[in-house]
Amino acid sequence: MKFAVLRFPGSNCDQDCLRTLRDNFGQAADPVWHKETSVTGYDVIIIPGGFSYGDYLRCGAFARYSPVMAAVREAAGRGTPVLGICNGFQILCEAGMLPGALVRNRGLHFICRHVHLRLGLTASPFTSSGTVGQVLRIPIAHGEGCYFAAPDTLDQLEGDGRIAFRYCTPDGEVSAEANPNGSLANIAGILNKRGNVLGLMPHPERACEQRLGSTDGRLVFDSIIQSALSAVK
Amino acid sequence: MKARVTVLPKPSVLDPQGVATADAMKHLGWDQAGRVRVGKIIEIDLPGGRPDEEKLHAICRDLLSNPVIEDYTFDIAE
Amino acid sequence: MKDPVITPEIVERHGITPEEFARIKSILGREPNFTELGIFSVMWSEHCSYKNSRPELKKFPTAGSRILVKAGEENAGVLDVGDGWAVAFKIESHNHPSAIEPFQGAATGVGGIIRDIFTMGARPVFLMDSLRFGPIEQNAPGAAANRHILAGVVSGIAHYGNCIGLPTIGGETWFDETYAGNPLVNVFCLGVLRHDQIARGAARGIGNPVFYVGAETGRDGLAGAAFASRELTEESKQDRPAVQVGDPFREKLLLEACLELLASGAVAGIQDMGAAGLTCSTCETASRGGSGIDVDLDLVPKREEGMSPYEILLSESQERMLVIVHEGQEDRVREIFEKWDLPHACIGRVTGDGLMRIRTGESIVAEIPAASLTDEAPVCHREAAPWTPPAGLDIRTVPPADLTAVLPRLLAHPTLARKRWIWEQYDHMVRNGSVVGPGSDAAVFLARECGKLLAASVDGNSLVTLLDPREGGRRCVAEAARNLACTGAVPLGATDNLNFGNPHKPGIFRQLRDSVEGISEACRAFDTPVTGGNVSLYNENPSGPIDPTPVVAMVGLIEDESHITPQGFRGAGDSIWLLGERSAGLDASQFLLIIHGRKEGRPPQTDLPGEIALHQALRDAIRDGLILSAHDCAEGGLAIALAECCLSGPGPTGAKIALADDGRRDDETLFHEAPGRIIASTDPADDEALADLFSFCRIPAHKIGATGGEELVIGLRSKVYRWPVAGLFHHWDTSLDHILGTVAEPLAAH
Repeated sequence: MKFAVLRFPGSNCDQDCLRTLRDNFGQAADPVWHKETSVTGYDVIIIPGGFSYGDYLRCGAFARYSPVMAAVREAAGRGTPVLGICNGFQILCEAGMLPGALVRNRGLHFICRHVHLRLGLTASPFTSSGTVGQVLRIPIAHGEGCYFAAPDTLDQLEGDGRIAFRYCTPDGEVSAEANPNGSLANIAGILNKRGNVLGLMPHPERACEQRLGSTDGRLVFDSIIQSALSAVK
Repeated sequence: MKARVTVLPKPSVLDPQGVATADAMKHLGWDQAGRVRVGKIIEIDLPGGRPDEEKLHAICRDLLSNPVIEDYTFDIAE
Repeated sequence: MKDPVITPEIVERHGITPEEFARIKSILGREPNFTELGIFSVMWSEHCSYKNSRPELKKFPTAGSRILVKAGEENAGVLDVGDGWAVAFKIESHNHPSAIEPFQGAATGVGGIIRDIFTMGARPVFLMDSLRFGPIEQNAPGAAANRHILAGVVSGIAHYGNCIGLPTIGGETWFDETYAGNPLVNVFCLGVLRHDQIARGAARGIGNPVFYVGAETGRDGLAGAAFASRELTEESKQDRPAVQVGDPFREKLLLEACLELLASGAVAGIQDMGAAGLTCSTCETASRGGSGIDVDLDLVPKREEGMSPYEILLSESQERMLVIVHEGQEDRVREIFEKWDLPHACIGRVTGDGLMRIRTGESIVAEIPAASLTDEAPVCHREAAPWTPPAGLDIRTVPPADLTAVLPRLLAHPTLARKRWIWEQYDHMVRNGSVVGPGSDAAVFLARECGKLLAASVDGNSLVTLLDPREGGRRCVAEAARNLACTGAVPLGATDNLNFGNPHKPGIFRQLRDSVEGISEACRAFDTPVTGGNVSLYNENPSGPIDPTPVVAMVGLIEDESHITPQGFRGAGDSIWLLGERSAGLDASQFLLIIHGRKEGRPPQTDLPGEIALHQALRDAIRDGLILSAHDCAEGGLAIALAECCLSGPGPTGAKIALADDGRRDDETLFHEAPGRIIASTDPADDEALADLFSFCRIPAHKIGATGGEELVIGLRSKVYRWPVAGLFHHWDTSLDHILGTVAEPLAAH
């Protein structure tokens, strides 16, 4: 199978994603420049972290207008899995492919640290190899990762069971003190209605090797690969 | 009563955000935009009525703007 | 706008002495015009010419078997790391701009050092920083202002580094009243490249086109370099900002575009536009290439209307590069820079006449022999005051303190406390190589481009340097090397940042000279050539000069992943060893400064041969698999080092220590700062092997206790001290949060 890793001016986790997919999972992965108008031929699309267009005006505000995003929207409509990590999540929200918005962290500062996440669902191509309630240790690195949505949107997310990851304590308790950025309902990652687009603030590609402190991020990539393989069968 | 403080980068200071925004407008096919500057507006409620303008200037200078790189203006309205 | 007539006042306001002006006239064979005066003024400034420090910097050892590009030859030195790969690294200061506008000052400092590295053809992979601020504790004088500067500097570094995607993986931060109003912001960057990718900053090949690439030129930084012109051109101060604004997004594009261009083989020479921008880059490339350069300012991309030649040449706008391209390759440049949406323009040609010729269209606005601005710039031989060694501390004048209360107090002091508040604001994990991140003796980074494990440490000790500048120089080199040894690395080379006051004062110049000699002596001993660095002078605030602060960043190589050694204890039941035991008084210690408010005494002297043997023995023990953790014993002394070992492991771990009577007072034993000591932990099964190894190397090694329990217990001759580690952790870990938690983000730092 083949991964596309989008590359906007200002993307800076594109290389990390490409290397992780190739070196840790043995997958084919190509960088795809933001001026491309097609993503056909790719089984999975990853929108990596970084500061697309400097994150000026609002994070992701300019990137949504890139030619490649029209192609990504089309591919998502056909059911291709799309994973937006960090800035990728922000871009997906700006593009209206996921509901809500990511605003300035409650504490105002950029935060880079390992956090704990509680897995909320396994019925998605990104989480199928996990178990509900499982606790993962994965780093975050963002200044604007505080998830915000209108109350009815939030109700819908909860009702549809689309909250894939929530910040929690090491024991799996979803509590205020485990919330690093003030996100509503401790939200760290959500799915679209169809379940094939995931936005995730933490960086699973930074948690795939023991020497970097955690391998819990492998769950996301293992799930994607397994789901795609079984879809092909 | 409200005070509305507008803070903008000084004309001669590079405004990366403004440059990027201007570029994006052009990319979207709107070619009427010239130079763009991005600043902020701060709205202050004044329940006690008209403020001492000198003190408001001091607040604008010392807190709300950074006089090294930004200018401010304010207006006070009902 | 007409240039002013050159008068003695204008010459003086450009910082040019009458002797220097006479020399300018003899070089040109005529009077300089206003633009030329501006060019000489910036090129002959300390910042560009190192005129006060150059004779001293020649003392540094710069040769070595791994050196590929020597100090001073280019923007940064380059060292071989094996298998055809090399590293380019350098540290640079942005102290004065950070004092004026902390956020932008620090941000543009980061931008500048990153450009220095990719100018060499290297892909930058990580950053480190060395910071100094005035006191920030609630009741300290000027604390609010110092906190504002700290918050601005940290968010400025974070803004630039995070956006461009370079992890800041380590550093050091001290707080002292000497830095109030004059913070030190030194940033280190390292990049990796293949030997055949080394780029040169020389204008070679007569007729080759000269390209300007990157951001447009504005009036940024003019007030800094050319303050003299302000009243003369009758422009308001508002139009002449001293502060450059950094745009990390543009720099990220510039970085990618330049590396792509360099890989295309089209480039004959490349140079970043830093201080003195277009002026410095044109005359330096010409001088290095032994050529001349002819540039038309009308072709330079500009951000503002009506800029004079003087303003264009002296502008310090950021994110710009000068690229000399092989003739016929012009389209390659255009293609790549258009792909990255960056301004570019062919602004001139390389010539063979050795002149830097600046035109606006057909009219010549400046014509100066390029070498006269660089290699042949004046050198000032300053006078050094005689050296009187300070008196040793009389311990009887130090009143006894409640040492049980002292340890948590020291751990909560901003200089010794955990710097999590700072490094959590940095994306210290991007690029997926931070194997040992911030908060350790040395950071370890896996450069995935070449598969090499690189270690780096940055160190300075202004307290020791103030009292004994030569020892201060030796000390920071030895500490950096020891930090590398503790992580299992072999040091390769060093870069230095010399932060001092006004060198016209003989006392300050003596500090500079002696520190340089101390650094040189130690770098020779460790066989770590100095690959380049930076000098920042005139660091003064109204109450006087800063304490002399030489800072050394050292880079090492870890041969095997299994050699990477953490600093914190790994868990209960391990043996604790003190390697290289020495005893000393409280001279020049943090204890004496923080608890008793005294900067006093004769610092204990670094024993260089002893250090080298200690580091080698430790590395041998690491290679033999005997060492579970190793931590340098430095600022704060033995008690602080032991506490840090307990607190910085996977979870706080207690320890029980018994120390032999060294005939000294308890405060001396716990807090003296003799260099050359390391705390290591081992599996008890390896105790004998470790003892044998160290006894074979004739290095003192004492088993002083074992890990485990909920307390740090230290038994001395007459008393047993106990501290619950949970309490110590709280003091150490949250001190900066408590002090800074309520700090409002400066609004300017968006």
